Amino acid sequence: MTTTLQPLDVQAIRRDFPLLSRSLNGRPVIYLDSAVSGQMPVQVIERMSKYERDEHTNVHRGVSTLSQEATDRYEEAREKVRAFLNAASAREIVWTRGTTESLNLVAQSFGRLVVQPGDEILLSAMEHHANIVPWQMLAQEKGATIKVIPMNDAGELILESLDELITERTRVMGLVHVSNVLGTINPVKAIVAKAHAKGVPVVVDGAQAVPHLAVDVRDLDADFYAFSGHKLSGPTGIGVLYGKLAHLEAMPPWQGGGSMIRSVSWEKTTYMPAPAKFEAGTPPIAGAIGLGAAIDYVRALGLDRIAAHEHDLLAYATENLLPIPGLRILGNAQEKASVLSFVVDGIHPHDLGSILDSEGVVVRAGHHCAQPVMTRFQVPATTRASFAYFNTREEVDILVSAVLKAIELFK
Amino acid sequence: MSDPRELYQQVILEHNKKPRNFGRLEPCTHHAEGHNPLCGDQLDLTLVVENGMVQDVKFQGSGCAIDVASASLMTQAVKGRPVAEAEAMAEQFRGMVRGELDPATQAPLLGKLTLFQGVKDLPSRVKCAVLPWATLHAALKGEAEASTE
Ligand SMILES: Cc1ncc(COP(=O)(O)O)c(C=O)c1O
Repeated sequence: MTTTLQPLDVQAIRRDFPLLSRSLNGRPVIYLDSAVSGQMPVQVIERMSKYERDEHTNVHRGVSTLSQEATDRYEEAREKVRAFLNAASAREIVWTRGTTESLNLVAQSFGRLVVQPGDEILLSAMEHHANIVPWQMLAQEKGATIKVIPMNDAGELILESLDELITERTRVMGLVHVSNVLGTINPVKAIVAKAHAKGVPVVVDGAQAVPHLAVDVRDLDADFYAFSGHKLSGPTGIGVLYGKLAHLEAMPPWQGGGSMIRSVSWEKTTYMPAPAKFEAGTPPIAGAIGLGAAIDYVRALGLDRIAAHEHDLLAYATENLLPIPGLRILGNAQEKASVLSFVVDGIHPHDLGSILDSEGVVVRAGHHCAQPVMTRFQVPATTRASFAYFNTREEVDILVSAVLKAIELFK
Repeated sequence: MSDPRELYQQVILEHNKKPRNFGRLEPCTHHAEGHNPLCGDQLDLTLVVENGMVQDVKFQGSGCAIDVASASLMTQAVKGRPVAEAEAMAEQFRGMVRGELDPATQAPLLGKLTLFQGVKDLPSRVKCAVLPWATLHAALKGEAEASTE
């Protein structure tokens, strides 16, 4: 069955993003850097500022009407995240500062529980440092080892290797849903099924997935799923850890303090049930409410329409960059999100980034916090353009001509 | 901010393409490695210093055009100079690209190296231009490593 999607009204959408009408180095800004941080629509900015102007207080504090209202808004946002991920219960949604904190929480709490000396932690070759370093820290503490699922030259994980790599010592697997460098959309559901068949829980880094595709944690059967508000048209400082309730209930608290306790005495302290157990201290309340508003915004646009639009931009950009002599695209997976990394012979990515910047084109040049991926493809860094639902083909044209200008300059 | 294309002038582009004094001196009297962790620029600098003079200097490594051209022009500039003067140049160069001194009046030793003054308008690239000089400074002080962090 095929249904035709109504295309996005991109010009109308663009009016929701004040930054898109500013200039950069005397030119209109071309923001192709949503993988670094997405822009927030005015609806999100205004929702947060309304909270700060008219509703600001603390949550879960006492009997005041104001605090109750703030608590309600904050918990409504949690419910929006639950629905967005199709989690079974809002109790499975833990607020964090972002993907990084979510993954550290899993490593420090769940990881410490399940990983013992001599055990193995399995990670994919295309992880962001946020899903590598917390596990290395744990491995060092526990005397465990890290094993790596390799990838092919197209930037796809070699799934056949899993049979060998998942051993009876494997205690946990870390897997990025969408690679922030290569754009690869990993077949999470199939990998989780393989891991579960051998009793291995899977921690999914969804930072780059949630902005591009509809995620259903129950369909994926992920044990944990982490993402950041700021890559989903929301603010910085807020993120999410989804965890299956059974895991969250079994896990010890991570940070201690207010809000996470049931009762405290010198003799014995008892903890709140999840998710409060993992939410010590005053949270970023405006951030949570803002993330809720961002979810409303992208859901109103429709994730399938967003995906279709971004896919068109990715295909269009690929088609126009590929013929450029000396230009190589990193990541040619069959299933790919709108993240496009490339290198140009004879031009260092940082020089290219500076020249694109002078043309008003904002991209990321660097190692993208994924140094093992750079090593795998034997490049020091890449230039990466990432496309969002507010970008246009005209902007892609400007990117392409800016790249051509740089090549001309370096000839 | 000025147009970065003003920085990417022919001299810099040409030194990037054909770096001078590229390679390694063996034996050498001084050696240091420079890293720019943010960019991944890497530089290996070897020197022969005799009687307080930089007799010879070579570099190798990989980096962006600003980094490679800066290293190449640096080796040309300090070769045959007294160590004290090379150190003073490093000071002036650093001051210039950070916008702390005016190259027209306050950097008498820099000469051709004032080509890099545009770097001050590209804060994210200052470290690339400075890395060779930081590595030189480390080598002359007998330190094995320099980092721009
Ligand atoms: C795949 C991936 N994982 C994790 C992160 C870390 O996200 P944050 O810095 O928001 O915690 C990023 C952000 O760059 C990412 O792209």
